[in-house]
Amino acid sequence: MTSSPETLLQSFVLLRLGERRFALPASQVAELVAPSRIFRFPHKSSALEGVILRRGRMIAVCDIAEQLTGKKLDTRRFNLLATRKYGQQLDWIAIPVSGECELITVDMMPASANDSPHVDGWLSHGGEVIEVLRLSALTPGPADTLLPEPLHNFAEARS
Amino acid sequence: MHLPASAKSHQPRTEQIILFRISGQTFAISSSSVQEVRSVDNIAGMARDLPESHLRKVRHSIRRGDRTLYIVNAAVHFGLQPQPASLVFFLRRTRTALLIDGIDKMTTMTRLQALSLAFQGEERSWYRGLTALDQAVVPVINPEGFLSLEELTLLETAQFSADARTLTSENHGAHVQ
Repeated sequence: MTSSPETLLQSFVLLRLGERRFALPASQVAELVAPSRIFRFPHKSSALEGVILRRGRMIAVCDIAEQLTGKKLDTRRFNLLATRKYGQQLDWIAIPVSGECELITVDMMPASANDSPHVDGWLSHGGEVIEVLRLSALTPGPADTLLPEPLHNFAEARS
Repeated sequence: MHLPASAKSHQPRTEQIILFRISGQTFAISSSSVQEVRSVDNIAGMARDLPESHLRKVRHSIRRGDRTLYIVNAAVHFGLQPQPASLVFFLRRTRTALLIDGIDKMTTMTRLQALSLAFQGEERSWYRGLTALDQAVVPVINPEGFLSLEELTLLETAQFSADARTLTSENHGAHVQ
């Protein structure tokens, strides 16, 4: 089988948010973990719930279900730990999902100009047409030009 | 005994911190950032009202030597439910005197993780980062994050008005006598 010039054969992780399935490029997914305690502290980033502690790393939690399906998740079965790249910096984020995830390798149809900013492309799998998500459009993050300076004193800006 | 160079270089850096509470929330601050801790009762007589302060978190100032410090209600600053404060941290190299509920303990942190880039609000100036202590996450305060330059300018104006009002009433009192 050969791919058409417009498509790209890649691995994707299918995730479930309520009744719908979405996809993320597998290269952006680090781990699928059971929900753990969310540590909350004062902040002004309303899209974030707090952070979870995973193997010594503190990872921001962002429920993207409401943006995509119109309602928050009723049940959270796992946290999908994904990475976003800002310049040279890799930033982790935990996304609550409501079901098992699946790894597939398929062709992706790139998004068109008419698609929403959060759509990176489209997959056809198991009779469904599935959106490939662009995490940077769904989760808060810096504009490329506003990257913070690294912590010079003491801190380990581990990512 | 001399340690091999590699062993020396892998020793973790540590920093002594104070864990304290504001409205039930635990925060950490480097102990080197705290110049002095006083009880609220202890400074009550020295605090001056700032009736024209436009900042809800600052209602009083206090004179320390030749400097005026602004008393910041930390609960209001962080958007927490204010509770009666019992202690004041005088923060080194700032103009902030911070009202807090109480101190939990002093301890040592070995790692400070930068705030995730997902946090894009004022918290980026509030915190130096996060640390994990006893399987809990604690935000580490940036002592310079309580009052911005703009806020300090507003407070200086309010202080000037308060001083002028005091001077006027003192002069008026002298004439009456």
